[in-house]
Amino acid sequence: MDDHSRTNEAPQVEMRDIRKRFGTNEVLKGVSLQAYNHDVISIIGSSGSGKSTLLRCINLLETPDEGSILINNETIKLKRGKDGRLVPAERAQVIRVRTNVSMVFQNFNLWSHMTVLQNLIEAPIRVLKRSRHEAIEHAELLLQKVGISEKRDEYPANLSGGQQQRVAIARALAMMPQVLLLDEITSALDPELVGEVLSVIHTLAKEGRTMIIVTHEMKFAREVSNWVIFLDEGVVCEAGAPREILESPKTDRLQTFLSASI
Amino acid sequence: MILDLICESLPPLLASSILTIHLTCISLAIGAFLSLPLGLGRLSKNRWIAGFCFAYVYYFRGTPLLVQIFLIYYGLPQIGLTLGAYMSALISLSLNTAAYTAEIIRGGIQAVAAGEIESAHAMGMTRSQVLCRIILPQMVGFALPAYGNEIILQIKATSLASTITLMDLTGMARTLAAETYAPLEIFSVAGIIYLAMVITTSKLVAWMERRWTAYRR
Repeated sequence: MDDHSRTNEAPQVEMRDIRKRFGTNEVLKGVSLQAYNHDVISIIGSSGSGKSTLLRCINLLETPDEGSILINNETIKLKRGKDGRLVPAERAQVIRVRTNVSMVFQNFNLWSHMTVLQNLIEAPIRVLKRSRHEAIEHAELLLQKVGISEKRDEYPANLSGGQQQRVAIARALAMMPQVLLLDEITSALDPELVGEVLSVIHTLAKEGRTMIIVTHEMKFAREVSNWVIFLDEGVVCEAGAPREILESPKTDRLQTFLSASI
Repeated sequence: MILDLICESLPPLLASSILTIHLTCISLAIGAFLSLPLGLGRLSKNRWIAGFCFAYVYYFRGTPLLVQIFLIYYGLPQIGLTLGAYMSALISLSLNTAAYTAEIIRGGIQAVAAGEIESAHAMGMTRSQVLCRIILPQMVGFALPAYGNEIILQIKATSLASTITLMDLTGMARTLAAETYAPLEIFSVAGIIYLAMVITTSKLVAWMERRWTAYRR
């Protein structure tokens, strides 16, 4: 599965042998992944296969029980907590990781008490210590990019799902992250709103932005990504270029999964 | 005759309402100040902090306010701590409302969508930034209706201060009733003054809530 690895550069995100259990349920059983600059990696698999958990380990919303995570060749320091599980050792490092790696969520998770513009400038001002003026300027550019400038002073409750998700993408971009994590960003949308969100992601892919995408949209995964990982029962069952993975699956599990997801 | 009585009793009753309003406002201010750490403490992962806040809330919610007032006013002097009627009433009222408000704050915090808190953490915000910028502003909106109720209860609770000699609205009404032998008229007037304070308060809180939660509509 290391076919897309590059010898001349360090990956922006590297995960080695990640294991994670919730109670007695081992969700990830030793998963590795590398994302290099300009990579667009899609992670596919049935629900409960550990896709989202894997993604959430990258920005430390979940901490793996075992394994290591490197962001820009910098190992995330983990230590054993009181209950014996690993926890991040340094808050400052966690925050550094999260400013480099931005996430877009299935349910948008916009801050409902803030307008669209306030949503976009909040973290740049508080976390990146940008000036308000600078943050607003950048935010307006991003709103234009996701095609939602006219909603800048609306509250999230007044936007459609597709509009909210585009704002959420803009909010993630406002942090100028190196890597974008997309966690089933179209799963909570009405079918007719999926297109407007995916077209934004297509644009970002063309710009060469590094993205790791958990998705159920196979057509989208094939079009947008240069590498697809099929996760099954907590392990990487198959990985490769989208064409070979999605058109000529080698394993029975992937064949079954793909025929069920059409 | 009745009108004369009402006209004569109104000025002293209104004057004594000042103490009622004063006790309400000061105790609510102190209570609100204490309730934020108590409400946050109830949600703390630290067993000792959560346990202390739990015990505090349960004592003050589980015993009558009158007993709490007597405990401070009559009880503390026994161990050499005499606080006087005003301080005893103010302290009991403050500690009592702090317990109820702590529970209101806890409920308001728990009503904030978990996903919004998570996305704030994912953007690299620190815990205190998430608290001050995301959780507390929304908590206020969720807590306002219940807190409006607490303010109203507190206005009425101050009447217990009259049991330890304070001349609040109720205290003055009792005195006037004893002097005039006209409890029906006097307590009716006192009741109407309380009602006016309560109605004003609930209108004010409803207006504040509408303004604060405009984003939800």
